[in-house]
Amino acid sequence: MSIFQNFINSSHSKREFLITLFIKIAGYSAIVFVGMIFIFLLLEGLPAVQKVNLTSLVSSRWYPIEDYFGILPLIGGSIIITLGATLIAVPFGIGSAVYLSEIAPHWVRELLKPLVEILGGLPSVVLGFLGMLVLSPFLRKLLDLPTGLTAFTGAILLGGIAIPTVMSVAEDALDAVPRSYRDASLAMGATEWQTIWRVTVPAARSGVLTAIMLGIGRAIGETMTVMMVTGNAPILPRGIGNLFSPVRTMTATIAAEMGEVANGSVHYHVLFLIGIVLFLISLAVNITASTVIFRQKKRQERILS
Amino acid sequence: MNKISIQNYSLQYSDGTESLRNISLEIPANQITVVFGPAGGGKSSLLRVLNRLNDLADVIHQEGNVYLDSVDILSNKLDVINLRRQVGMVFARPVVLPFSIRQNLTYGLEVAGEKDTERLNYAVENSLHKAALWEEVKDRLDDPAIALSGGQQQRLCLARVLALEPEVILLDEPTSGLDPISTGKVEASLQDLKRDYTIILVPHSVQQAARTADLAVFLLQGELVETARGEVMFTNPQDQRTEDYIQGRFG
Repeated sequence: MSIFQNFINSSHSKREFLITLFIKIAGYSAIVFVGMIFIFLLLEGLPAVQKVNLTSLVSSRWYPIEDYFGILPLIGGSIIITLGATLIAVPFGIGSAVYLSEIAPHWVRELLKPLVEILGGLPSVVLGFLGMLVLSPFLRKLLDLPTGLTAFTGAILLGGIAIPTVMSVAEDALDAVPRSYRDASLAMGATEWQTIWRVTVPAARSGVLTAIMLGIGRAIGETMTVMMVTGNAPILPRGIGNLFSPVRTMTATIAAEMGEVANGSVHYHVLFLIGIVLFLISLAVNITASTVIFRQKKRQERILS
Repeated sequence: MNKISIQNYSLQYSDGTESLRNISLEIPANQITVVFGPAGGGKSSLLRVLNRLNDLADVIHQEGNVYLDSVDILSNKLDVINLRRQVGMVFARPVVLPFSIRQNLTYGLEVAGEKDTERLNYAVENSLHKAALWEEVKDRLDDPAIALSGGQQQRLCLARVLALEPEVILLDEPTSGLDPISTGKVEASLQDLKRDYTIILVPHSVQQAARTADLAVFLLQGELVETARGEVMFTNPQDQRTEDYIQGRFG
């Protein structure tokens, strides 16, 4: 009997061991892959700094055929479009999250939230198509522009792409605020709007912040849509007026030119350098987000202890 | 003249449960009215009717009348926000809002539009004194309220209600999570407060009901079984069910 018992135990522990091992490998491999991608980027991108001098890199002219490798217009293009998209996605995304979580009747929420999330899964090329055929001609006529393929068009579409991300995450955060906070606030004679604005949203702020950061990340990394609707002219945006002229983003440049570049050429290395810059920008966004959230967590932990 | 008059009031939630059935009750001013009975009897529902917090719940049917100073508080035309300032509520678990101690106290006044710092400061100090919390927190009013102990938090919730200078205070098992010493402090505050306020308390035990009640009301399964002065109710109940509950034969 006891031998039999041992047999069962050992087979159990063997299975446990294998499962644990599998999960461990899966976990570590995620880190290894990211590390390998970064090393690859560095190996391919850093030679560009040697081959092109720095003043040329930070100039405002991108014309690789004649060896002008100024990446500032591309960085500027990405930033102006991301800023525009953020300005659209944050108010609308958080607004709709507040509506769904706090105001809408139950059935509306059950219906709308999955719908918006499906919208978030729409392939970006489809949205780009829509932008090219519908939005940009419309904007050209409306604003009387020489072309509808502008930074503004890209910002609107990217904003639209980021809204579901922002909304979904922010709604989860608002939903996690205890019902009792709202009751307490209302019981003190606050109106529904005062309760939302002064209690519920501040209580959910770390989640709302995560939502914003994820939205920004979504917008800055987007390639296909911006390539299709922003006109792709590498012009350094110098002010608000450039919002209505064509720009080119870092992602679009890499996607458009990587296929045609000679392997190992200067142009090739510079494209990878752009990849590094993009990587560093999204890293910075993520680190900012997590430090802010982390700081808040620490404060809460301190309070609770 | 009674402060609150409830006449033939019934309440039904959307899941079909009948929470309150034909309740008639007169609540006197400046006394502690204790509403007690086993769980699910409709005690919380009754309190939430009095400040219309039940507006948020899935109520499908209610009938009867509830008057506060002869104003019909169930009327659609009633200013609910104003009612909630007159009828304050303390919940079973202390719900301090995620602000500082001071902000928790001024919140109700600020949402009502009070901006005068002097008056806000006065309300902070005055309400903390009344809730017997001033000595413990006077040096750290700007600390997060969540840092207080459970008993302090609950007294802060009471102070927060008092800062609005209401006429009626509803307390829904305010001491259920507190130790005996904190419970004693809250109960002592209530005895002081009843001079100025009408207090309606759902106690967390029969013993607390007996200790605090001026008027006692026994609710069982949504039905009002018996109303009596506290000293009568807990020594000589009229109804057999009341006696059984008080003696601990069920519940």
